[in-house]
Amino acid sequence: MQSVIQRTASVEQRVEAIQAALDARGMNATEGVEELDHLAQEQWIPKNGTRVVARAWVDPAFRARLLANGREAVGELGLTLPKHHRHLVVLENTATVQNIICCTLCSCTAFTIIGLPPDWYKDLEYRSRVVRESRTVLREMGLDLSPEVEIRVWDTTADTRYMVLPTQPPETIGWPEDKLAEIVTRDSMIGVARL
Amino acid sequence: MDGVHDMGGRQGFGAVRYTQNAQAFHADWEVRANSLYAFAVRRGIFNMDEYRHAIERMEPRHYLAASYYERSLTSLATLLVEKGVVTREELEQRTQGHFPLAAPSAPGRSNAAARERFEPGDRVRVRSEHVPGHIRMPGYIRGKTGVVVSESPAYPFPDAHAHAVEAENEPTYDVRFRSEDLWLSAAEPALVHVGVFQSYLERTS
Repeated sequence: MQSVIQRTASVEQRVEAIQAALDARGMNATEGVEELDHLAQEQWIPKNGTRVVARAWVDPAFRARLLANGREAVGELGLTLPKHHRHLVVLENTATVQNIICCTLCSCTAFTIIGLPPDWYKDLEYRSRVVRESRTVLREMGLDLSPEVEIRVWDTTADTRYMVLPTQPPETIGWPEDKLAEIVTRDSMIGVARL
Repeated sequence: MDGVHDMGGRQGFGAVRYTQNAQAFHADWEVRANSLYAFAVRRGIFNMDEYRHAIERMEPRHYLAASYYERSLTSLATLLVEKGVVTREELEQRTQGHFPLAAPSAPGRSNAAARERFEPGDRVRVRSEHVPGHIRMPGYIRGKTGVVVSESPAYPFPDAHAHAVEAENEPTYDVRFRSEDLWLSAAEPALVHVGVFQSYLERTS
């Protein structure tokens, strides 16, 4: 028997092969992925979530609706979640509570609202350690919380999605909504940073 | 399945390679891999539970060494082959090289025979189960006790949905655990919230 040792195809070759195979079956993958490339790079971005946070800071009634039913409330700003994300839970930080989200089993996020997850969120280090040694992990990432701050870690194990509502820096009280949105970061909506 | 994907609480990993404003994508092929899997989901070729399970079925060495988008790509290719959309031979003919796929699936299962409705404040225990197929119960909560915080809308039951097994939709309960209960004294104090499917839970006092 002849044994042939083949080299493993590069990831680029593998992607191209799949796309070409789907096109060859008349599925118009090349056309279909162009729209999805655009959505992933231009639409599913943290800017969506920053608008939600800024609105919640300036409008207490909106904030209450957001905390009661995130999915409906973000709809007021024209934002949507995929059909299978049936629930958006918004986690309110306070001076003494720090919420932080993760996905230990894969890398789920509310990507249409807070953006597709950054590289480190998907890495083995964050996924393994953040549920078990959250305070140390946050400190290593530059967020040194005082001991009286309670940490709540939310593991995204179902199709419910989470976003963190960061506390508003006191010096920004009274700022216009669009200016407030500019100071909100993606990492603050994941919960690994404070503003 | 008790696979290497179940990372929560594993020890030995070093510092998170954190940078501010880190990117989601680092190369064009990553964007394309992401779009192709989303395209296949949109076309109804497979669902998200099948997609996640095919990632979990990757050979452990491959899983741990692969980047996130290589795992996406491997799941996509595996499911396209398993669903009969393409053949591995065609893919390898196109790449002129080996195209690694995930291992075959074990059987799935339907909802638990006895499921209970819980209210916020109820104390619940995660059933001590080991299943060969897909499950969305991180190993670190198996057999552990926590408190129900809220109930979600009903979702497809992943243990069935990843395997084309008939099942009823069921809610997940947001269950709050204390990290010290999960890893005894070997964890830093924190509250860990997990979305736990109804079938995985039983009432406890």
